[in-house]
Amino acid sequence: MKKSGAGIFIESLIREKVNTIFGYPGGSVLNIYDILFDNPHIRHILVRHEQGAVHAADGYARASGRPGVCVVTSGPGATNTVTGIATAYMDSIPVLIFTGQVPTPMIGNDAFQEADIIGISRPCTKHSYLVRDISSLARTIHEAFSIATTGRPGPVLVDLPKDVLSTEIEYESPKEVKIRGYRPNYEGHAGQIKKVVSAIIKASRPVIFAGGGVILSVASKELTELAKITNIPVTNSLMGLGGFSELDPLSLGMCGMHGTFMANMALTETDLIIAIGVRFDDRVTGKLDEFAVNAKIIHIDIDPTAIGKNVPVDIPIVGDVKNVLKKLNLLLKGEKKEWERDHHVWLEQIEKWKSTYPLTYKQEKDKKIKPQYVIEQINEITRGDAIIATEVGQNQMWTAQYYKFTKPRTLLTSGGLGTMGYGFPAAIGAQVAFPDKIVFDIAGDGSFQMNVQELATAVKYNLPVKVAILNNGYLGMVRQWQQLFYNRRYSYTALDSTPDFVKLAEAYGAVGLRAEKPEDVRKVIKEAIDTPKPVVIDFVVEPEENVYPMVPAGRPISEMILL
Amino acid sequence: MRHTISVLVENEFGVLARIAGLFSGRGFNIESLCVAESIDPSISRMTIVTRGDDRIIEQITKQLNKLVDVIKVVDLTEEKFVDREMVLIKVNAEPSVREEILRITDIFRGKIVDVSPKTYTVEVTGDEDKIVAIIELLKPLGIKEIARTGRIAMSRGTKLLG
Repeated sequence: MKKSGAGIFIESLIREKVNTIFGYPGGSVLNIYDILFDNPHIRHILVRHEQGAVHAADGYARASGRPGVCVVTSGPGATNTVTGIATAYMDSIPVLIFTGQVPTPMIGNDAFQEADIIGISRPCTKHSYLVRDISSLARTIHEAFSIATTGRPGPVLVDLPKDVLSTEIEYESPKEVKIRGYRPNYEGHAGQIKKVVSAIIKASRPVIFAGGGVILSVASKELTELAKITNIPVTNSLMGLGGFSELDPLSLGMCGMHGTFMANMALTETDLIIAIGVRFDDRVTGKLDEFAVNAKIIHIDIDPTAIGKNVPVDIPIVGDVKNVLKKLNLLLKGEKKEWERDHHVWLEQIEKWKSTYPLTYKQEKDKKIKPQYVIEQINEITRGDAIIATEVGQNQMWTAQYYKFTKPRTLLTSGGLGTMGYGFPAAIGAQVAFPDKIVFDIAGDGSFQMNVQELATAVKYNLPVKVAILNNGYLGMVRQWQQLFYNRRYSYTALDSTPDFVKLAEAYGAVGLRAEKPEDVRKVIKEAIDTPKPVVIDFVVEPEENVYPMVPAGRPISEMILL
Repeated sequence: MRHTISVLVENEFGVLARIAGLFSGRGFNIESLCVAESIDPSISRMTIVTRGDDRIIEQITKQLNKLVDVIKVVDLTEEKFVDREMVLIKVNAEPSVREEILRITDIFRGKIVDVSPKTYTVEVTGDEDKIVAIIELLKPLGIKEIARTGRIAMSRGTKLLG
């Protein structure tokens, strides 16, 4: 059957079981949009800015585990996606970005709305393709999906020149995808796994450090089993939150710059770190020379480049976290060791750290709302069962500390790139994937304004996302650093002339609520949840509240500023 | 330490940019890079000479392997290998020095590949020491220009890359 390039594109998406895409039309992709106009298989969500399209696709992917797909036009449409692509790349999220391109004969001539998006996005994509010939279009799209979703996942960009989309060809569905330079190792070396078993048996103060890889490889069950078998405590990186229930007595919460005291002390005093699906980011390790100096390090990750990059590793295992943990658990179950008794002293020590310096803040009755209180109430009212997106900064860290994540894929946050403006469109993407779930974006007054235009998207598709703005009138995290390390010189961090968020929500056709007193907090959260529409809640919070504990940049993680 | 790394890559446009971008983006150094088609026209072979401690070289080889277009990476430095480089040297050839140039070229088993009333162009192939040595010997006679290919390399014996 004869098909146009645009027709092959749509057909290939359907073959990849895509039923939802996020996008924004333009000249180079008119042929695709002409088919989308009345295509019954693919739902297109029209965003209001291309950055929103990528973040929404990313949020859709993180929440659902399926790849997120977006379509944008050439030139500015393509360049507007770059922050979204880099966000997905840093956090290993499978997103497919299809960009229009000027017709092949015009490429390189500085044509209208031409941008070398392949060149621009090369450092922040897992892979990218410029399709020059319609005969390779279908194969390329399937390769792109395969690469984005396997191994260490990541964004893949496919650049589609207009003439490739408009010409017709006899279409044949391509055979199985095979890429000779791409063979991720899923299995994990059996000998290395045995070494891990004996290292775990020998350790007296072991700790599991689990990251986003656990969530990506759907291994939270196996991780939980490992912790239960061995009675070893678990700390999560920001990306790992939800991979191990924070309600479990073995949970230490998040570690790192704003991690819990017990988690950071455990990582400092441990004699064995079992690192699973992490990359030892500088926000976790603090000063590298003083990180876990007395510990052996086991590192399990599907990406060999993550291993040994920042910290020297004693037992590296390249493989899929789920597969490796399954094999490891099987071996550990066969070991005769009294895990409870042997780790008793260590767990008691941790308990002491926990009770000496728990996460803490104080909400006084007639004072301003504390942002931590808002998050605790959202946690309580949603019973920890909501999907929570965050922006970046204080709102993100308080969410990580005070929302108790118990299930994977319930926290959507830009961990690696730290993209302000990520949370709201990501929440929209998650709500598209799960129309019946409660989805919150916990935001700051600064971050929310970076992609506020997506209110129109939420209203148009009646996506009842709840945006909880912790409105302190500042770029709070930057202000906190200025307060602590720059002599309180609040240079350009006060956001005066912020709009009235209630009126702004109403202007878009959403619902706006406000809470100014602690006693209003629960009421407005419940009201927002009961409102079947997008809601923006303006929580007027204590302006100069800080996130503690805090490890100053460049210091070892045992040196925390505590409240 | 200096390492010579052989890389087999897809013979497609954009691959060189990916490799160069990987090195510049991660702050790795490239001393030389040679690339041309291999015996299989769909595959190109690159020889990259780079410098770094063990940790950096490990990252370089891992990062190269991670690129989808890269088919195989071998750090030849870990084994015995031959390496060669070619240089073209355009040297001042006043009548008084022509004999000397011919003699030096001969000693290095080089060739004069172009002649003009005032210049000779000398072609020499060899390992790096040899290339550096002839350049140093010809310098006093007045080198006008040189072009070096950078290093290509292959492991010794029956061992193959691909």
